[in-house]
Amino acid sequence: MSASLPVVASTVDTGDTAWMLVATALVLMMTPALGLFYAGLVRAKNPLNTFMMCLAAIAVATVTWAAVGYSLAFDGGDGKFIGGLGHAFLKGVGFAPRGEGTIPQLVFMAFQATFCIITVALVSGAVVERMRFGAFLVFAALWSLLVYAVMAHWAFGEGWLQAKGLLDFAGGVPVEMGSGFSALAAAVVVGARKDWARQALLPHNAVYVLAGAGLLWFGWFGFNGGSGFSTGHPSVLAFTNTLLTPACTLVAWFALDAIRGRKATAIGAATAIIVGCVAITPAGGFVSPGWAMALGALAALPSYAVIMIRPRTRVDETLDVLAAHGIAGFVGILFIGFFAKAAWNGVSDGWVYGNIAQLGHQALAAAVAPAYAFTATFLLLKFLERLMPLRATQHDEALGMDVTQHGEEAYVTGEGAILITPDGDDDVLVADAALRGEPT
Amino acid sequence: MKLVIAVVRPEKANEVLEALYRTDVRGVSMSRVQGHGGETEQVQTYRGTTVQMSLAEKVRFEIAVSDDFVQPTVDALTEGARTGEVGDGKIFVVPLDQAVRIRTGDTDERAVTPVESR
Repeated sequence: MSASLPVVASTVDTGDTAWMLVATALVLMMTPALGLFYAGLVRAKNPLNTFMMCLAAIAVATVTWAAVGYSLAFDGGDGKFIGGLGHAFLKGVGFAPRGEGTIPQLVFMAFQATFCIITVALVSGAVVERMRFGAFLVFAALWSLLVYAVMAHWAFGEGWLQAKGLLDFAGGVPVEMGSGFSALAAAVVVGARKDWARQALLPHNAVYVLAGAGLLWFGWFGFNGGSGFSTGHPSVLAFTNTLLTPACTLVAWFALDAIRGRKATAIGAATAIIVGCVAITPAGGFVSPGWAMALGALAALPSYAVIMIRPRTRVDETLDVLAAHGIAGFVGILFIGFFAKAAWNGVSDGWVYGNIAQLGHQALAAAVAPAYAFTATFLLLKFLERLMPLRATQHDEALGMDVTQHGEEAYVTGEGAILITPDGDDDVLVADAALRGEPT
Repeated sequence: MKLVIAVVRPEKANEVLEALYRTDVRGVSMSRVQGHGGETEQVQTYRGTTVQMSLAEKVRFEIAVSDDFVQPTVDALTEGARTGEVGDGKIFVVPLDQAVRIRTGDTDERAVTPVESR
């Protein structure tokens, strides 16, 4: 799509629209799936708060996206840094397709909204178990505009990276590197959990982690398969690669786990699924199925290394968003520069097929995206830190974020719970009287 | 020979274990309990139901020690578990009539003195 094309809308294709409606729902499901994945990885006193950060992303990012985020990302495309305000509050977003698309712009907007939502949710993985819920809501709102919408414009909205020739099928730049390197900045500014490096902080439910990873993979078929905005060849290729790449990452991860500790681990497997899905995200519609499988195995190595090294550092980037998303997204973006094949994607070849210029475009994005995500997030949180405390108090953090932020517990038994009735003390339960040593 | 029982905050359990370890106390049992000791009660809401949680989660340590070890054990428990807020817990020291090491049949002082693992 280019700005010089006539604005006259192309016609809506019913098949494409049907698929994109389903794909949008699939991607929205990925955010609660991420909530489950993250909830399993934290301690038993924090799963609700962790899950709630993902739900908060749905709440906040949907509103900011409809208000101005979509417009900043997708209004006006002539190679700029940021879009305009022409679509603010969804002005002009209706049943007609956008540009030369074949689906109503309303569906396009909703599909892209789900990307913004999950990216915001991904960043929460860096600050779980200590960031105040209120502060996260404010951060999520501003981050969705200042970081996500800007980077989405660069890669998807005919912004400057796309205009230079970047190939990013489903969000290696805004979603994966955007979340991964922002997560690193967030972990640095918010600081480590109080028990970090003093106690073993272990996942409390590995089954949640596996179930969450499975649901994420399922949703990722909509994420990558929908990023062709049609049922055409790029979508079919990306859809199939979304099966092939993570499977190869899993195999590679089993091998790496076995070499390191003689056992394939379950949480390692869940991580591998994410790493594989992330790696194929930018490359899905651009590389052959064979190279997609190679990418799966290759992408396991750097992410595995970062996951091994990171806990030995002072940075408590708690749920390894950098390793799983930032690093794997970086690998996927660069991989396109080598192995893209015009015979498969109809757009461009990579270096291996004689077009070294493509590698240059990919390398530029791989340098600029991490730098912008890290810097912008760092400055945003430093600014917010002056307005409000970002962290819960040590006491609240020790007691658990579920009780202190939400007044609920994930695994409540009800023992010793006394009903508080509207009309006061008259109806207190027997247990209460007994505890106070009164006759019942 | 005494049995030292301590009821402490669950979030302090690791610090208590550390302090005990530094004091060379090796034989420890730990269990999760619920209790009430006058601390502020948490109010929680589940849909339309608001409840006051009158029982707080606690961790209970049971440590059988020879007489020489009673004070160091109590000191370690106090050091590890204290935050200064209401709800830090209690330590009870009670007499212990008999202790038997099941594996060997060792009794009393010998039973509560750790052996080097072989």
